[in-house]
Amino acid sequence: MVDVRLPGTLTPLFPGLTRKPEVEGSTVLEVIDRLEEQWPGLRDRLVAEGPTLRNHIHVYVDGERAALDSPVADRSRLDVIAAISGG
Amino acid sequence: MPKTLLTVATRKGTFIVESDDRREWTMRGPYCEAWPIYHSIYDPKTGSLFAAAASEWHGSTVWRSSDLGETWEQSSEGLTYGDEDGRKISKVSTLARAGDRLLVGAEAPGIFESRDDGKTWSLLSTLSGQHGSEAWDDPANQPPGHLGISGFVTDAGDSDNFFAIVQGVGAFQTEDGGSSWTPRNNGLRRDWPAEWEDVGFCVHKLVRSSDPQRMYQQNHVGMHRSDDGGQSWNEITEGLPGDFGFAAAVHPHDRETFYVIPVDGGHGRTMHDGKATVWRTRDAGSSWQPMRQGLPQENAHLGVLRQGMTIDSADTPGVYFGTSTGQVFASMDEGDTWSEIASYLPSISSVDVAILD
Repeated sequence: MVDVRLPGTLTPLFPGLTRKPEVEGSTVLEVIDRLEEQWPGLRDRLVAEGPTLRNHIHVYVDGERAALDSPVADRSRLDVIAAISGG
Repeated sequence: MPKTLLTVATRKGTFIVESDDRREWTMRGPYCEAWPIYHSIYDPKTGSLFAAAASEWHGSTVWRSSDLGETWEQSSEGLTYGDEDGRKISKVSTLARAGDRLLVGAEAPGIFESRDDGKTWSLLSTLSGQHGSEAWDDPANQPPGHLGISGFVTDAGDSDNFFAIVQGVGAFQTEDGGSSWTPRNNGLRRDWPAEWEDVGFCVHKLVRSSDPQRMYQQNHVGMHRSDDGGQSWNEITEGLPGDFGFAAAVHPHDRETFYVIPVDGGHGRTMHDGKATVWRTRDAGSSWQPMRQGLPQENAHLGVLRQGMTIDSADTPGVYFGTSTGQVFASMDEGDTWSEIASYLPSISSVDVAILD
Protein backbone atom coordinates (compact mmCIF):
# COMPACT_ATOMS: atom_id res chain seq x y z
CA MET A 1 0.00 0.00 0.00
CA VAL A 2 1.11 3.55 -0.73
CA ASP A 3 0.67 6.26 1.88
CA VAL A 4 -0.88 9.11 -0.13
CA ARG A 5 -1.18 12.69 1.13
CA LEU A 6 -3.63 14.86 -0.78
CA PRO A 7 -4.23 18.63 -0.74
CA GLY A 8 -7.22 19.86 1.20
CA THR A 9 -8.74 21.33 -1.94
CA LEU A 10 -9.68 17.85 -3.13
CA THR A 11 -11.60 16.38 -0.24
CA PRO A 12 -14.70 18.62 -0.55
CA LEU A 13 -15.14 17.44 -4.14
CA PHE A 14 -15.37 13.72 -3.41
CA PRO A 15 -17.53 12.41 -0.57
CA GLY A 16 -15.59 9.98 1.59
CA LEU A 17 -12.17 11.05 0.35
CA THR A 18 -9.66 11.73 3.12
CA ARG A 19 -6.39 13.61 3.07
CA LYS A 20 -4.51 10.35 3.69
CA PRO A 21 -5.93 7.51 1.61
CA GLU A 22 -3.96 4.30 1.18
CA VAL A 23 -4.04 2.54 -2.19
CA GLU A 24 -1.85 0.23 -4.22
CA GLY A 25 0.17 1.06 -7.32
CA SER A 26 3.66 0.77 -8.75
CA THR A 27 3.82 4.19 -10.45
CA VAL A 28 2.41 7.60 -9.61
CA LEU A 29 -0.17 7.24 -12.40
CA GLU A 30 -1.23 3.83 -11.15
CA VAL A 31 -1.77 5.25 -7.68
CA ILE A 32 -3.88 8.05 -9.13
CA ASP A 33 -5.85 5.56 -11.21
CA ARG A 34 -6.56 3.47 -8.10
CA LEU A 35 -7.87 6.62 -6.43
CA GLU A 36 -9.96 7.29 -9.54
CA GLU A 37 -11.61 3.88 -9.18
CA GLN A 38 -12.86 4.81 -5.73
CA TRP A 39 -13.56 8.48 -6.41
CA PRO A 40 -14.47 8.93 -10.09
CA GLY A 41 -13.32 12.25 -11.44
CA LEU A 42 -10.34 12.59 -9.12
CA ARG A 43 -7.81 11.80 -11.85
CA ASP A 44 -8.96 14.78 -13.91
CA ARG A 45 -8.32 17.08 -10.99
CA LEU A 46 -4.64 16.08 -11.00
CA VAL A 47 -3.86 14.91 -14.54
CA ALA A 48 -4.16 16.88 -17.79
CA GLU A 49 -4.26 15.67 -21.37
CA GLY A 50 -1.12 13.82 -22.43
CA PRO A 51 -1.31 12.49 -19.77
CA THR A 52 0.77 14.88 -17.69
CA LEU A 53 0.45 16.22 -14.21
CA ARG A 54 -1.43 19.52 -14.20
CA ASN A 55 0.87 22.53 -14.28
CA HIS A 56 0.53 23.44 -10.63
CA ILE A 57 0.25 19.95 -9.21
CA HIS A 58 3.54 18.64 -7.85
CA VAL A 59 4.09 15.08 -6.69
CA TYR A 60 6.83 13.80 -4.43
CA VAL A 61 7.63 10.14 -3.75
CA ASP A 62 9.47 9.69 -0.49
CA GLY A 63 10.52 13.32 -0.69
CA GLU A 64 11.75 13.28 -4.28
CA ARG A 65 10.00 15.22 -7.04
CA ALA A 66 8.19 12.70 -9.25
CA ALA A 67 6.37 12.44 -12.59
CA LEU A 68 3.44 10.27 -13.58
CA ASP A 69 5.72 7.41 -14.61
CA SER A 70 7.91 7.55 -11.52
CA PRO A 71 8.04 4.25 -9.62
CA VAL A 72 6.38 3.90 -6.27
CA ALA A 73 7.32 1.16 -3.82
CA ASP A 74 5.14 -0.53 -1.26
CA ARG A 75 4.97 1.65 1.87
CA SER A 76 6.19 4.69 -0.05
CA ARG A 77 4.81 8.06 0.90
CA LEU A 78 3.34 9.98 -2.05
CA ASP A 79 2.69 13.68 -1.45
CA VAL A 80 0.46 15.58 -3.85
CA ILE A 81 1.02 19.31 -3.52
CA ALA A 82 -1.10 22.10 -4.94
CA ALA A 83 1.78 24.47 -5.69
CA ILE A 84 1.71 28.15 -4.83
CA SER A 85 -0.43 29.78 -7.49
CA GLY A 86 -2.97 32.50 -7.97
CA GLY A 87 -3.90 35.01 -5.31
CA MET B 1 -44.29 38.62 -5.76
CA PRO B 2 -42.04 35.92 -7.23
CA LYS B 3 -38.45 35.61 -6.08
CA THR B 4 -35.76 37.27 -8.17
CA LEU B 5 -32.57 35.25 -8.06
CA LEU B 6 -29.22 36.45 -9.33
CA THR B 7 -26.44 33.95 -9.88
CA VAL B 8 -23.14 35.79 -9.58
CA ALA B 9 -19.92 34.19 -10.77
CA THR B 10 -16.74 35.53 -9.24
CA ARG B 11 -13.06 34.83 -9.14
CA LYS B 12 -13.68 33.15 -5.81
CA GLY B 13 -16.83 31.13 -6.24
CA THR B 14 -20.49 31.55 -7.10
CA PHE B 15 -22.78 33.71 -4.99
CA ILE B 16 -26.55 34.05 -4.90
CA VAL B 17 -28.19 37.46 -4.52
CA GLU B 18 -31.96 37.22 -4.13
CA SER B 19 -35.05 39.19 -3.24
CA ASP B 20 -38.74 38.57 -2.67
CA ASP B 21 -39.74 42.17 -3.30
CA ARG B 22 -36.97 43.53 -5.59
CA ARG B 23 -36.14 46.14 -2.95
CA GLU B 24 -34.39 44.22 -0.17
CA TRP B 25 -31.67 41.84 -1.31
CA THR B 26 -29.79 39.16 0.56
CA MET B 27 -26.64 37.35 -0.42
CA ARG B 28 -25.32 33.86 0.22
CA GLY B 29 -22.19 32.01 -0.80
CA PRO B 30 -19.44 31.49 -1.75
CA TYR B 31 -20.31 28.22 -3.44
CA CYS B 32 -18.35 25.86 -5.68
CA GLU B 33 -15.56 25.66 -3.10
CA ALA B 34 -14.58 29.20 -4.10
CA TRP B 35 -13.17 28.01 -7.41
CA PRO B 36 -12.65 30.69 -10.07
CA ILE B 37 -16.00 30.80 -11.88
CA TYR B 38 -16.23 32.30 -15.35
CA HIS B 39 -19.96 31.98 -15.98
CA SER B 40 -22.86 30.76 -13.91
CA ILE B 41 -26.45 30.45 -15.06
CA TYR B 42 -29.91 29.49 -13.93
CA ASP B 43 -31.24 26.83 -16.31
CA PRO B 44 -34.97 27.29 -16.82
CA LYS B 45 -35.37 23.79 -18.26
CA THR B 46 -34.22 21.95 -15.15
CA GLY B 47 -34.34 24.65 -12.48
CA SER B 48 -30.68 23.91 -11.79
CA LEU B 49 -27.75 26.25 -11.47
CA PHE B 50 -24.60 25.62 -13.47
CA ALA B 51 -21.17 27.21 -13.11
CA ALA B 52 -18.25 26.95 -15.52
CA ALA B 53 -15.03 26.86 -13.54
CA ALA B 54 -11.31 26.62 -14.09
CA SER B 55 -8.81 26.13 -11.29
CA GLU B 56 -5.08 26.72 -11.66
CA TRP B 57 -4.60 23.56 -9.63
CA HIS B 58 -7.39 21.24 -10.63
CA GLY B 59 -8.37 22.15 -14.18
CA SER B 60 -11.77 22.86 -15.69
CA THR B 61 -15.11 21.57 -14.56
CA VAL B 62 -18.80 22.43 -14.51
CA TRP B 63 -20.51 22.72 -11.15
CA ARG B 64 -24.23 22.08 -10.81
CA SER B 65 -26.82 22.59 -8.10
CA SER B 66 -30.36 21.26 -8.21
CA ASP B 67 -31.46 23.10 -5.05
CA LEU B 68 -30.75 26.72 -5.99
CA GLY B 69 -27.26 26.69 -4.62
CA GLU B 70 -27.59 24.92 -1.30
CA THR B 71 -25.56 21.91 -2.46
CA TRP B 72 -23.24 21.49 -5.43
CA GLU B 73 -21.55 18.72 -7.40
CA GLN B 74 -19.03 19.01 -10.21
CA SER B 75 -18.09 16.94 -13.22
CA SER B 76 -15.56 17.23 -16.01
CA GLU B 77 -16.16 13.73 -17.36
CA GLY B 78 -15.68 14.00 -21.11
CA LEU B 79 -14.40 17.57 -21.02
CA THR B 80 -11.22 16.74 -22.90
CA TYR B 81 -9.70 16.67 -26.35
CA GLY B 82 -8.02 13.39 -25.45
CA ASP B 83 -4.45 12.45 -24.77
CA GLU B 84 -3.40 12.29 -28.43
CA ASP B 85 -4.92 15.52 -29.79
CA GLY B 86 -2.35 18.01 -28.53
CA ARG B 87 -4.90 20.61 -27.54
CA LYS B 88 -5.57 21.09 -23.86
CA ILE B 89 -8.56 22.56 -22.16
CA SER B 90 -7.28 25.46 -20.11
CA LYS B 91 -10.69 26.90 -19.27
CA VAL B 92 -14.43 26.49 -19.68
CA SER B 93 -16.00 29.89 -19.67
CA THR B 94 -19.50 30.08 -21.08
CA LEU B 95 -22.70 28.07 -20.64
CA ALA B 96 -26.03 27.93 -22.45
CA ARG B 97 -29.10 25.73 -22.71
CA ALA B 98 -30.13 24.58 -26.20
CA GLY B 99 -33.09 22.22 -25.98
CA ASP B 100 -32.00 18.95 -24.42
CA ARG B 101 -28.40 19.99 -24.52
CA LEU B 102 -26.38 22.00 -22.07
CA LEU B 103 -23.51 23.68 -23.91
CA VAL B 104 -20.19 24.78 -22.51
CA GLY B 105 -17.54 26.70 -24.42
CA ALA B 106 -13.91 25.78 -23.90
CA GLU B 107 -10.45 27.15 -24.47
CA ALA B 108 -8.75 25.97 -26.76
CA PRO B 109 -11.88 26.64 -28.83
CA GLY B 110 -14.42 23.87 -28.66
CA ILE B 111 -18.04 23.37 -27.76
CA PHE B 112 -18.93 20.50 -25.47
CA GLU B 113 -22.47 19.29 -24.84
CA SER B 114 -24.13 17.45 -22.01
CA ARG B 115 -27.36 15.56 -22.53
CA ASP B 116 -27.65 14.51 -18.88
CA ASP B 117 -27.70 17.97 -17.33
CA GLY B 118 -24.03 18.32 -16.62
CA LYS B 119 -23.11 14.85 -15.37
CA THR B 120 -21.10 13.92 -18.48
CA TRP B 121 -19.85 15.84 -21.50
CA SER B 122 -18.84 15.13 -25.07
CA LEU B 123 -17.24 17.22 -27.79
CA LEU B 124 -19.86 18.73 -30.09
CA SER B 125 -17.71 20.86 -32.40
CA THR B 126 -14.43 22.67 -32.76
CA LEU B 127 -15.75 24.54 -35.80
CA SER B 128 -12.97 22.90 -37.76
CA GLY B 129 -12.70 23.84 -41.39
CA GLN B 130 -13.65 27.46 -40.83
CA HIS B 131 -11.22 30.04 -42.11
CA GLY B 132 -8.61 30.56 -39.45
CA SER B 133 -9.32 27.34 -37.61
CA GLU B 134 -5.89 25.92 -38.47
CA ALA B 135 -4.40 28.70 -36.37
CA TRP B 136 -6.80 28.52 -33.47
CA ASP B 137 -6.47 24.74 -33.36
CA ASP B 138 -2.67 24.89 -33.21
CA PRO B 139 -1.61 24.36 -29.59
CA ALA B 140 1.65 26.20 -30.27
CA ASN B 141 -0.12 29.24 -31.72
CA GLN B 142 -2.20 30.48 -28.84
CA PRO B 143 -1.85 34.25 -28.37
CA PRO B 144 -1.66 35.91 -24.95
CA GLY B 145 -4.92 35.42 -23.17
CA HIS B 146 -5.56 32.36 -25.29
CA LEU B 147 -8.60 31.88 -27.49
CA GLY B 148 -11.82 30.20 -26.60
CA ILE B 149 -15.52 30.00 -27.14
CA SER B 150 -16.60 33.08 -25.24
CA GLY B 151 -20.34 33.20 -25.80
CA PHE B 152 -23.48 31.56 -27.14
CA VAL B 153 -26.81 32.88 -28.30
CA THR B 154 -29.41 30.14 -28.35
CA ASP B 155 -32.95 30.08 -29.72
CA ALA B 156 -35.62 28.88 -27.30
CA GLY B 157 -37.81 27.87 -30.22
CA ASP B 158 -35.19 26.03 -32.26
CA SER B 159 -32.56 24.18 -30.27
CA ASP B 160 -30.49 23.39 -33.39
CA ASN B 161 -30.05 27.06 -34.17
CA PHE B 162 -27.45 28.89 -32.15
CA PHE B 163 -24.51 31.24 -32.41
CA ALA B 164 -21.06 30.74 -30.94
CA ILE B 165 -18.33 33.35 -30.59
CA VAL B 166 -14.73 32.38 -31.15
CA GLN B 167 -12.62 34.97 -29.36
CA GLY B 168 -10.68 37.16 -31.76
CA VAL B 169 -12.15 35.36 -34.77
CA GLY B 170 -15.84 36.16 -34.96
CA ALA B 171 -19.37 34.88 -34.62
CA PHE B 172 -20.62 31.69 -36.24
CA GLN B 173 -24.11 30.29 -36.59
CA THR B 174 -25.25 26.71 -36.81
CA GLU B 175 -28.73 25.74 -37.91
CA ASP B 176 -28.20 21.99 -37.61
CA GLY B 177 -27.19 21.60 -34.01
CA GLY B 178 -23.48 22.14 -34.51
CA SER B 179 -22.74 19.94 -37.53
CA SER B 180 -22.04 22.90 -39.81
CA TRP B 181 -21.30 26.55 -39.19
CA THR B 182 -21.52 29.82 -41.10
CA PRO B 183 -19.53 32.94 -40.22
CA ARG B 184 -21.86 35.84 -39.35
CA ASN B 185 -19.52 38.79 -39.44
CA ASN B 186 -20.59 40.61 -42.57
CA GLY B 187 -20.37 44.38 -42.15
CA LEU B 188 -18.48 44.39 -38.87
CA ARG B 189 -15.70 46.94 -38.51
CA ARG B 190 -12.15 45.83 -37.91
CA ASP B 191 -9.18 48.12 -37.61
CA TRP B 192 -6.52 45.59 -38.45
CA PRO B 193 -5.43 43.61 -41.50
CA ALA B 194 -6.91 40.14 -41.79
CA GLU B 195 -6.23 37.17 -43.99
CA TRP B 196 -9.89 36.32 -44.57
CA GLU B 197 -12.96 38.34 -45.43
CA ASP B 198 -15.35 36.43 -43.21
CA VAL B 199 -13.33 35.95 -40.04
CA GLY B 200 -10.78 37.96 -38.06
CA PHE B 201 -13.22 40.01 -36.00
CA CYS B 202 -13.27 40.51 -32.28
CA VAL B 203 -16.83 39.93 -31.13
CA HIS B 204 -17.18 40.48 -27.41
CA LYS B 205 -20.89 40.04 -26.81
CA LEU B 206 -23.84 39.02 -28.93
CA VAL B 207 -27.49 39.31 -27.90
CA ARG B 208 -30.79 38.74 -29.65
CA SER B 209 -33.93 40.77 -29.01
CA SER B 210 -37.52 39.57 -28.72
CA ASP B 211 -37.54 39.87 -32.51
CA PRO B 212 -35.05 37.20 -33.62
CA GLN B 213 -34.08 39.28 -36.62
CA ARG B 214 -32.87 42.10 -34.40
CA MET B 215 -29.53 41.42 -32.79
CA TYR B 216 -26.88 43.60 -31.19
CA GLN B 217 -23.23 43.12 -30.50
CA GLN B 218 -20.48 44.83 -28.58
CA ASN B 219 -17.35 44.45 -30.61
CA HIS B 220 -13.72 45.27 -29.85
CA VAL B 221 -14.24 48.21 -32.21
CA GLY B 222 -17.81 49.36 -32.01
CA MET B 223 -21.41 48.63 -31.25
CA HIS B 224 -23.25 46.94 -34.08
CA ARG B 225 -26.84 46.06 -34.93
CA SER B 226 -28.30 43.44 -37.21
CA ASP B 227 -31.81 43.58 -38.62
CA ASP B 228 -31.59 40.27 -40.45
CA GLY B 229 -30.76 37.74 -37.76
CA GLY B 230 -27.00 38.29 -37.88
CA GLN B 231 -26.53 37.97 -41.61
CA SER B 232 -25.25 41.54 -41.80
CA TRP B 233 -24.24 44.22 -39.32
CA ASN B 234 -24.25 48.01 -39.14
CA GLU B 235 -22.24 50.06 -36.69
CA ILE B 236 -24.18 52.14 -34.14
CA THR B 237 -21.33 53.48 -32.01
CA GLU B 238 -21.97 57.18 -32.64
CA GLY B 239 -23.08 58.89 -29.46
CA LEU B 240 -21.22 56.55 -27.13
CA PRO B 241 -18.06 57.66 -25.27
CA GLY B 242 -15.99 54.93 -26.91
CA ASP B 243 -16.19 51.95 -29.17
CA PHE B 244 -14.89 49.33 -26.75
CA GLY B 245 -16.74 47.33 -24.12
CA PHE B 246 -17.88 43.90 -23.12
CA ALA B 247 -21.28 43.92 -21.43
CA ALA B 248 -24.56 44.31 -23.27
CA ALA B 249 -28.21 43.51 -22.68
CA VAL B 250 -31.35 43.86 -24.73
CA HIS B 251 -34.83 44.71 -23.45
CA PRO B 252 -36.97 41.54 -23.34
CA HIS B 253 -40.09 43.20 -24.79
CA ASP B 254 -38.79 46.07 -26.90
CA ARG B 255 -36.41 45.37 -29.76
CA GLU B 256 -35.38 49.02 -29.95
CA THR B 257 -34.06 49.22 -26.37
CA PHE B 258 -30.59 48.06 -25.62
CA TYR B 259 -28.00 48.64 -22.88
CA VAL B 260 -24.24 48.75 -23.04
CA ILE B 261 -21.35 49.66 -20.75
CA PRO B 262 -18.46 51.19 -22.69
CA VAL B 263 -15.06 50.86 -21.03
CA ASP B 264 -11.57 52.07 -21.85
CA GLY B 265 -10.07 49.83 -24.49
CA GLY B 266 -6.47 50.00 -23.25
CA HIS B 267 -5.06 48.33 -20.21
CA GLY B 268 -7.60 49.89 -17.90
CA ARG B 269 -10.83 48.48 -19.26
CA THR B 270 -12.81 50.49 -16.74
CA MET B 271 -15.70 52.90 -17.27
CA HIS B 272 -14.77 56.23 -18.82
CA ASP B 273 -13.68 59.17 -16.66
CA GLY B 274 -14.21 57.27 -13.42
CA LYS B 275 -17.98 57.71 -13.76
CA ALA B 276 -20.03 54.54 -13.61
CA THR B 277 -22.45 54.74 -16.52
CA VAL B 278 -24.80 52.44 -18.37
CA TRP B 279 -25.73 53.71 -21.82
CA ARG B 280 -29.21 53.06 -23.16
CA THR B 281 -30.74 53.43 -26.56
CA ARG B 282 -34.49 53.51 -27.13
CA ASP B 283 -34.20 53.73 -30.90
CA ALA B 284 -31.97 50.79 -31.81
CA GLY B 285 -28.76 52.78 -31.58
CA SER B 286 -29.70 55.97 -33.42
CA SER B 287 -29.17 57.83 -30.14
CA TRP B 288 -27.77 56.97 -26.71
CA GLN B 289 -28.48 58.27 -23.23
CA PRO B 290 -26.18 57.93 -20.20
CA MET B 291 -27.82 56.31 -17.17
CA ARG B 292 -25.98 57.49 -14.06
CA GLN B 293 -28.47 58.19 -11.28
CA GLY B 294 -27.51 56.11 -8.28
CA LEU B 295 -24.19 55.00 -9.74
CA PRO B 296 -20.88 56.32 -8.34
CA GLN B 297 -19.71 59.33 -10.32
CA GLU B 298 -16.34 60.09 -8.81
CA ASN B 299 -13.22 57.92 -8.90
CA ALA B 300 -15.32 54.91 -9.85
CA HIS B 301 -13.00 52.83 -11.97
CA LEU B 302 -15.28 49.87 -12.51
CA GLY B 303 -14.92 47.18 -15.11
CA VAL B 304 -17.71 44.91 -16.33
CA LEU B 305 -17.00 41.75 -18.28
CA ARG B 306 -18.94 40.26 -21.20
CA GLN B 307 -21.30 38.17 -19.09
CA GLY B 308 -21.46 40.85 -16.42
CA MET B 309 -24.77 42.49 -17.34
CA THR B 310 -28.19 40.91 -17.63
CA ILE B 311 -31.86 41.79 -17.74
CA ASP B 312 -34.88 39.89 -16.50
CA SER B 313 -38.22 39.18 -18.14
CA ALA B 314 -40.56 41.19 -15.90
CA ASP B 315 -43.05 43.56 -17.53
CA THR B 316 -40.80 46.35 -16.32
CA PRO B 317 -37.57 44.41 -16.47
CA GLY B 318 -34.81 44.68 -13.91
CA VAL B 319 -31.35 45.42 -15.27
CA TYR B 320 -28.30 44.21 -13.37
CA PHE B 321 -24.54 44.39 -13.67
CA GLY B 322 -21.59 43.15 -11.62
CA THR B 323 -18.19 44.78 -11.50
CA SER B 324 -14.54 43.88 -11.38
CA THR B 325 -14.52 45.43 -7.90
CA GLY B 326 -17.26 43.21 -6.54
CA GLN B 327 -20.41 45.34 -6.58
CA VAL B 328 -23.76 44.36 -8.06
CA PHE B 329 -25.96 47.24 -9.22
CA ALA B 330 -29.61 46.94 -10.16
CA SER B 331 -32.20 49.13 -11.82
CA MET B 332 -35.91 48.45 -11.50
CA ASP B 333 -36.98 51.27 -13.82
CA GLU B 334 -35.25 50.24 -17.04
CA GLY B 335 -32.01 52.02 -16.22
CA ASP B 336 -33.27 55.42 -15.04
CA THR B 337 -32.05 54.86 -11.46
CA TRP B 338 -29.70 52.35 -9.90
CA SER B 339 -28.90 50.95 -6.48
CA GLU B 340 -26.05 48.83 -5.17
CA ILE B 341 -27.59 45.53 -4.07
CA ALA B 342 -24.41 43.61 -3.20
CA SER B 343 -20.94 44.73 -2.21
CA TYR B 344 -17.49 43.44 -1.33
CA LEU B 345 -17.67 40.40 -3.56
CA PRO B 346 -14.60 39.09 -5.35
CA SER B 347 -14.13 40.28 -8.93
CA ILE B 348 -17.31 39.42 -10.83
CA SER B 349 -17.26 37.42 -14.06
CA SER B 350 -20.95 37.07 -14.75
CA VAL B 351 -24.44 37.90 -13.53
CA ASP B 352 -27.48 35.87 -14.55
CA VAL B 353 -31.05 36.42 -13.40
CA ALA B 354 -34.16 34.30 -13.01
CA ILE B 355 -37.63 35.11 -11.78
CA LEU B 356 -38.96 32.12 -9.84
CA ASP B 357 -42.68 31.70 -9.43
